[in-house]
Amino acid sequence: MVSIDLDRAAVDFPIFDAKTRSLKKAVLGRAGGRIGTESKVPIIEALRDITISLRKGERVALVGHNGAGKTTLLRLMSGIYEPTRGRASIKGKVAPVFDLAVGMDPEISGLENILIRGLFLGMTRKQMDARVDDIAEFTELGDYLQMPLRTYSTGMRVRLALGVVTSIDPEILLLDEGIGAVDAEFMAKARNRLNELVARSGILVFASHSDEFLAELCDTAIWMEHGTVKEHGPLREVLAHYKGRDVLAEIEAR
Amino acid sequence: MTTGDDRAEDVASVDPFATDPSNPRSWKRAFRDIGLGWRQRALWGYLGWQDIKQRYRRSVLGPLWISISMGVIATAMGILYGALFHEDIKVFLPYVATGLLIWNFINGCILEGSEVFIANEGLIKFLPAPITLHVYRLVWRQTLFFLHNLVIWLLLVIIFPQPLSWTVLLAVPAFLVLGINGAWITVLSGILATRFRDIPPIIASVTQLLFFMTPIVWSYERLKSNPLAAYVELNPVMHFVEILREPLLGQEIVWRHWIVVGAITVVGSAVALVCLRNYRSRVAYWV
Repeated sequence: MVSIDLDRAAVDFPIFDAKTRSLKKAVLGRAGGRIGTESKVPIIEALRDITISLRKGERVALVGHNGAGKTTLLRLMSGIYEPTRGRASIKGKVAPVFDLAVGMDPEISGLENILIRGLFLGMTRKQMDARVDDIAEFTELGDYLQMPLRTYSTGMRVRLALGVVTSIDPEILLLDEGIGAVDAEFMAKARNRLNELVARSGILVFASHSDEFLAELCDTAIWMEHGTVKEHGPLREVLAHYKGRDVLAEIEAR
Repeated sequence: MTTGDDRAEDVASVDPFATDPSNPRSWKRAFRDIGLGWRQRALWGYLGWQDIKQRYRRSVLGPLWISISMGVIATAMGILYGALFHEDIKVFLPYVATGLLIWNFINGCILEGSEVFIANEGLIKFLPAPITLHVYRLVWRQTLFFLHNLVIWLLLVIIFPQPLSWTVLLAVPAFLVLGINGAWITVLSGILATRFRDIPPIIASVTQLLFFMTPIVWSYERLKSNPLAAYVELNPVMHFVEILREPLLGQEIVWRHWIVVGAITVVGSAVALVCLRNYRSRVAYWV
């Protein structure tokens, strides 16, 4: 049973090096979470009162301004952050694709990086050895996989990371923005593969500012604002409220 | 929604990344972190090797440099301090070298231990994994360094034969005990240092002091006539060095050191476990 259940979950960051004085007043700006001052250490309430239930087959777009809590929510869903208040119950094999540079060693070859990434995502060495050919084919990197990762362009790294993640059959796939750095042709291929993957199993949560990409992969959406869920519903409605116009209709009209 | 605890347990045994919604400060979660970390030994085993190969990438001799630099330092220090204290070089050189390579392991665990989570900030924030994974990786890396340095010990006992006997087998459990202590100290100082960033510099200066207070480049036996020498026994590191150095040099086994080390292992592990239970889930927030 693949599921994500968040029940009034909150993520509070203590900011140890901030000067308390300058943060005396609780600030509620356009960007960022709420800054609380009840305790001695200033706290940023990156997320609060998040109640979300996701089930198998759901393909969720995550939209919102910078600092609205999209990445933090993805990290909460991946189990990296355990909620400071409330509950989080995540069941299923999670594969997060957040920062593509992390967990990748620039000095070692693409193949070795594939192995390490796979091991981090809970695969065994044998399982990864069996998948390497498939990943090599999908990424179209060929002999380049023998080269150290520092010689790769950003797009090539994205290919590698996507190749690993889509080959391991995760039950919960969490994608953060920033995977737009690949060329159009590969993007089409990645979309197909992501679509297949999502159709085959599990849950997709995808944070992005690209409406087209969201329209392609997702059918529902969560709109984050100031660390809370502002709206959760069908993609078309949420996106229309968020942007103030019917974005999906525009995309379809093209 | 989730039901009882037994069901959460069931899911946990199948799925390494399942989180049950109960209180994050639980023994079950602390021990699960330790267990999951151990299960990922293919990963930290690989990463530990990478760390070493990384350091010597593109160098011709590679990790052999670990052994060479150790050999140079041990020989120079052995000769220098041997001359200063009028010691017999045949005895003193293996003594200093063996002490140094044990110290290197202890020092590595303590020094890098306090930085273990800070240094792995990227991995902790971007990939869900048990935090003990980084601890296993560090102790494994230090073990590999130790094994490289052990070559120097082997060379020296061949050149300067020592009265080795069956007690040399005690080196294996002694090293295991050192590894366990390296692990708990890494967990404890790693978590504390992630919260209080003043701890790494404090630890760095304390370990420097400890080096001179531990009988490595000087002999405890020689100074025993001095009444102040008894205070050396208060230095816990001394007992750790002794339990491994005695079997490696064929010296008489002094069980007092084993008792002290055993007590430290039990108490230290217990404190580290409590720390792991209470603050494990905070590490991702603090890094």
